[in-house]
Amino acid sequence: MPHGTSERRTSVSVAIAGSGGAGVMTAGNMLLEAAAQAGYYALMTRSSGPQIRGGEAAAMIRIATHPIDGTDDRYDLLIALDWMNINRFAAEIPLGAASVLVGDPDQGEPPDVFVKSGARYTPVAFKAAAKKIPNGWPNMIAFGLAGALVGLAEETLASVVRKSMKKGGDALAGSLAAMRAGVEAAAAIAGVPRIGAAPPQTARWLVTGNQAAGYGAIRGGVRFVAAYPITPATELLEWMAPALAKVGGALVQAEDELASINMILGASFGGVPALTATSGPGLSLMIESIGLGITAEVPIVVVDVMRVGPSTGIATKSEQSDVNIALYGMHGDAPHVVVAPNSVADCLLTTQWAVHLAETLQVPAIVLADQFFGQARAVVERPADVAFAGDRKTAPAGAESYKRYAVTASGVSPMAIPGTPGVTYTADGLEHNERGTPSSQAADHVAQLEKRARKLASIDYGTHWADVEGEGDLAVITFGSCTGPVREAFARAAADGVHARLVSLRLLAPAQPTRLAAALEGVRRVLVVEQNHTGQLYRYLRSEYELPGTVTSFHRPGPLPMRPDEIHRQLIEWSRA
Amino acid sequence: MTISAQPQAALAPQAFKSDYKPVWCPGCGDYSVLSSLTKAFALLELQPERIAVVSGIGCSSRIPAYTTCYGFHGVHGRALAAATGLKLARPELTVIAAGGDGDGYSIGGNHFLHACRRNVDMTYVVMDNHVYGMTKGQPSPTTEPDWDSKLSPGGTGMRAFNPLVIALAAGANFIARAFAGDPNTTAALIAEAISAPGFSFVEVLSPCVTFRPEQRDWKQMVRAAPVQWTDDAARAARRLMTDDGMNIGVLYKGSRAAYRTHVAKTSKRPADLEEEFRI
Repeated sequence: MPHGTSERRTSVSVAIAGSGGAGVMTAGNMLLEAAAQAGYYALMTRSSGPQIRGGEAAAMIRIATHPIDGTDDRYDLLIALDWMNINRFAAEIPLGAASVLVGDPDQGEPPDVFVKSGARYTPVAFKAAAKKIPNGWPNMIAFGLAGALVGLAEETLASVVRKSMKKGGDALAGSLAAMRAGVEAAAAIAGVPRIGAAPPQTARWLVTGNQAAGYGAIRGGVRFVAAYPITPATELLEWMAPALAKVGGALVQAEDELASINMILGASFGGVPALTATSGPGLSLMIESIGLGITAEVPIVVVDVMRVGPSTGIATKSEQSDVNIALYGMHGDAPHVVVAPNSVADCLLTTQWAVHLAETLQVPAIVLADQFFGQARAVVERPADVAFAGDRKTAPAGAESYKRYAVTASGVSPMAIPGTPGVTYTADGLEHNERGTPSSQAADHVAQLEKRARKLASIDYGTHWADVEGEGDLAVITFGSCTGPVREAFARAAADGVHARLVSLRLLAPAQPTRLAAALEGVRRVLVVEQNHTGQLYRYLRSEYELPGTVTSFHRPGPLPMRPDEIHRQLIEWSRA
Repeated sequence: MTISAQPQAALAPQAFKSDYKPVWCPGCGDYSVLSSLTKAFALLELQPERIAVVSGIGCSSRIPAYTTCYGFHGVHGRALAAATGLKLARPELTVIAAGGDGDGYSIGGNHFLHACRRNVDMTYVVMDNHVYGMTKGQPSPTTEPDWDSKLSPGGTGMRAFNPLVIALAAGANFIARAFAGDPNTTAALIAEAISAPGFSFVEVLSPCVTFRPEQRDWKQMVRAAPVQWTDDAARAARRLMTDDGMNIGVLYKGSRAAYRTHVAKTSKRPADLEEEFRI
């Protein structure tokens, strides 16, 4: 059946898997770029084995006619160049009876886990076919096959091949021929939905969440970064290294996370907005010094690209389980800012906002990003420009009897920057009086505790505290990477006539009880959705907020991403209750 | 260094001393180190607002607030990291990291190694008294292995750390030993350390009269190093490995260029960085 007669859909999901060296990531990225070039939205996540280099891998690409921030419930197409260790990914590539499974018969039969799904299997001899093409590779056949099956034009696929092989020559000719062999093979495979017509052109980016966060930091004014490598935050730091240098900033590789956090405290004490990025294990090491930033009132931004914990956990997979440490990790009473981006593109705004909040309030801000966004590469609308920038209140030279920690009405006191004469002081993690002199007196401790707490209430968090959408007496409160799947669930529920409100919290701390109460007015059921084992956000909400009606926690741990169907089912069940 | 470029009039050492009363015990060597530090600043004709003194936790780490410079009294063991960040972000400042042997060689040991390797243009002054004083008398990395204490009865059994040899092996560009009881020599050594490019390390023998009263005898034990400093690391290593730890003076001066952060070939406005994302 020619593929032209297949169903057209608003979203198609494809996975390409294979063992090390098979080039599935290359094929996946090219499919993503082809979708971008053809005017679609798309999102690619990846999965790989524990090997440092090579090893089995899967590229998972979703192409859609509308912006997407998450994965779908099932994959429409799985192309496996071989079946090596593919069981490791099986749970990440759910197939259904309507799915199409393509494998190389010379590499063995498809594993039971996929056969049981009822997916229709079609053999394609990738390796044998590639051998017949001079300089042809199986992954380019898979690229052509996937592209054609989902309905991308052959010319688009060819232009991506040309772009990725700029050297041209025999290698390009071989890749083009292999890609065309894949396109031809598509004619014999039925049942893969084709993507619908591309939406009207808009300004778009192809970007990862880590890149977007790094760029947001620079837009917010960060000019110093200390970096210690850790999955899945490394790419954020690696993107920033050359980018910072271009805008006149500096990045230094630290010897450990204890050093990186203290390096940024030193730089920010020197007046330069500073950031580090890490993941759970690194955040744990940094916590003591984040407390120093709170007490000494040194603004810093720490991006935590959350991965599965505790301990080393699963370094390459997402989980929203650092809520507790981000909110409560510090000893003592330690008010600070915690924000969380809720899409790949939002990593830019939220990180930029975090810089603005940290600088304005002279406080550490933790950005709870997560691996799903951090390492996802997506076609997104170009994020709107926002004006957030570092806005640190500094002390002028020779200020009369300068008091660094003056107890002001707002709690924010002017910070003297080294080099400024007449206002020298010592920043101190010891409790201190207004001048900064260490003090163990009760009155000083209380005054400074209240000053530091008051600061966080001195700023208008505006509309950015949460994304609030929808109507109805059902509501879902969520954050981060669960937001995309919740939105999709809402769209499906709306098609069934069930309507609900979404509150995706961007500002986790300080809590905004008045704003949330207004957003939930008239609500009789609340579902709190998060990706961790203990309902960390739910517990936080129960302690900080009065929630209306019946409140239910829907939480489950990583590494599997939250899928729309899980939330959709809950909404439908509720609507019948 | 940008010291000579400063137009202001030279200040007396006293101008670098704040009016805070130190927490130190009477007779503590750290009083002399504070005097030496302020003398060094005066010798170099620095201005207090262009100096930052960065420390961790411990008796000697209280030193920043006793100066009129900008000070950063951070967490235990991380003075060198904070100083590194500050100096790289604000290269025109004179940055001094200061602290004790527990802060620098135990909890902060890793940063000590890497600060030597990194060779950022700053000066590290360690007031070494071979004991944790603030917590009232526990053995530090430089304490003798058989020194008896409540926490480690009968001694730690651990070999004492040799900070100068380790600094040399790790790449420090300037290494000196000073004695708190001779503040003029110490001031001169600190001034030379500040003027030297790269990471300068000054280990100051600074007696703890409370928990290590026998260190009062150091006054009779120290001597000026019998030979001139060397720029030959192998020779310096031999000397540092074989001396009795009481030779005072500059012991090694290297010629490594100070650390610099990466400088881009092209500069861009932040808004132009988005070009790479555009489809």
